[in-house]
Amino acid sequence: MALINVKTREVQIKIVYYGPGRGGKTTNLEYINKTYRKQIKTEMVSLKTQDDRTLFFDFLPFDVGQIKGFDVTIQLYTVPGQVKYNATRKLVLRGVDGVVFVADVQKEQRKKNIESLNQLYENLETYNLDLFKIPFVMQYNKIDLKQTKIPILSSQLLQKDLNSLIKAPAFEASALKGGNVILTLKKIISMTLASIQDQIF
Amino acid sequence: MFSKNQLEAIDKVIHTNLIEAGIDHVIFMDMAGNTIAKHDNGKNKLDSIAFAALAAGNFAAVDAMAKLVGESEFSLLFHKGEKSSIHFSKANEDTLLITMFNKDISLGLVRLKVSEVLKQINQIFTTDGS
Repeated sequence: MALINVKTREVQIKIVYYGPGRGGKTTNLEYINKTYRKQIKTEMVSLKTQDDRTLFFDFLPFDVGQIKGFDVTIQLYTVPGQVKYNATRKLVLRGVDGVVFVADVQKEQRKKNIESLNQLYENLETYNLDLFKIPFVMQYNKIDLKQTKIPILSSQLLQKDLNSLIKAPAFEASALKGGNVILTLKKIISMTLASIQDQIF
Repeated sequence: MFSKNQLEAIDKVIHTNLIEAGIDHVIFMDMAGNTIAKHDNGKNKLDSIAFAALAAGNFAAVDAMAKLVGESEFSLLFHKGEKSSIHFSKANEDTLLITMFNKDISLGLVRLKVSEVLKQINQIFTTDGS
């Protein structure tokens, strides 16, 4: 839940990038870090394994300026995508205000996308959060693979697999090249701010 | 959400009991990694935003380990360094108090002071802080 400090007039919002392993969650944050370097006061924190996989989380805070007299800080987190790390995924979701689901468009990842989304639903339930109610944006990442011979899933199929019930805003993206990374971010920020505005604004 | 009165009372309790006792940094935060109050002695700089995120992760991981070994919680954590040390203490189900102190201060004193602060903070939660 967003932390609203009426004394210092600060709002801290937690947004988590969730999805299957090697889907591009960390790459999304790295692109944001590069693009908004001037607005980011600290270094991006990454807790990773020796082979560069996320072990616990990546963390990137940045200021979005003042809204109605409150300084708003967005705290971006990723979860570790590997199946065995579900206990840590759950921990990172504690206090989440908005979620971006980073799905991998590679054909061979179809099952993993669905399993990861189902697990997100269950993990949110442990905090009494409902995937159908929380601010949520779907991202179909690695769309740049269209230019290669690697088989990918069509957006229609991804929508049917992952978004037919939730009906969240969805973007085709390329975290590696930056395509729609910022659009995804802006969408989740605006949805999350709208969801908490009754509390502050 | 905390009221302005509660936040002011928490600031006062932390400053009087911990910063004035010689502790370098104090962060009072929620379990999601958001900072509720932060204080320092003005001598050392700390990236408190990143620190709070890592501290929440650290505490949550240890809490999950406690449950795996059949403990309901490990309510206190302590990391000892050569020059400075960190003490974590759970204030209640949703909040943590973290203190960083140098080698001139004993762990015993920190524990005593932190315990007093936690008592007062929990009292503030039950009132409007005035």
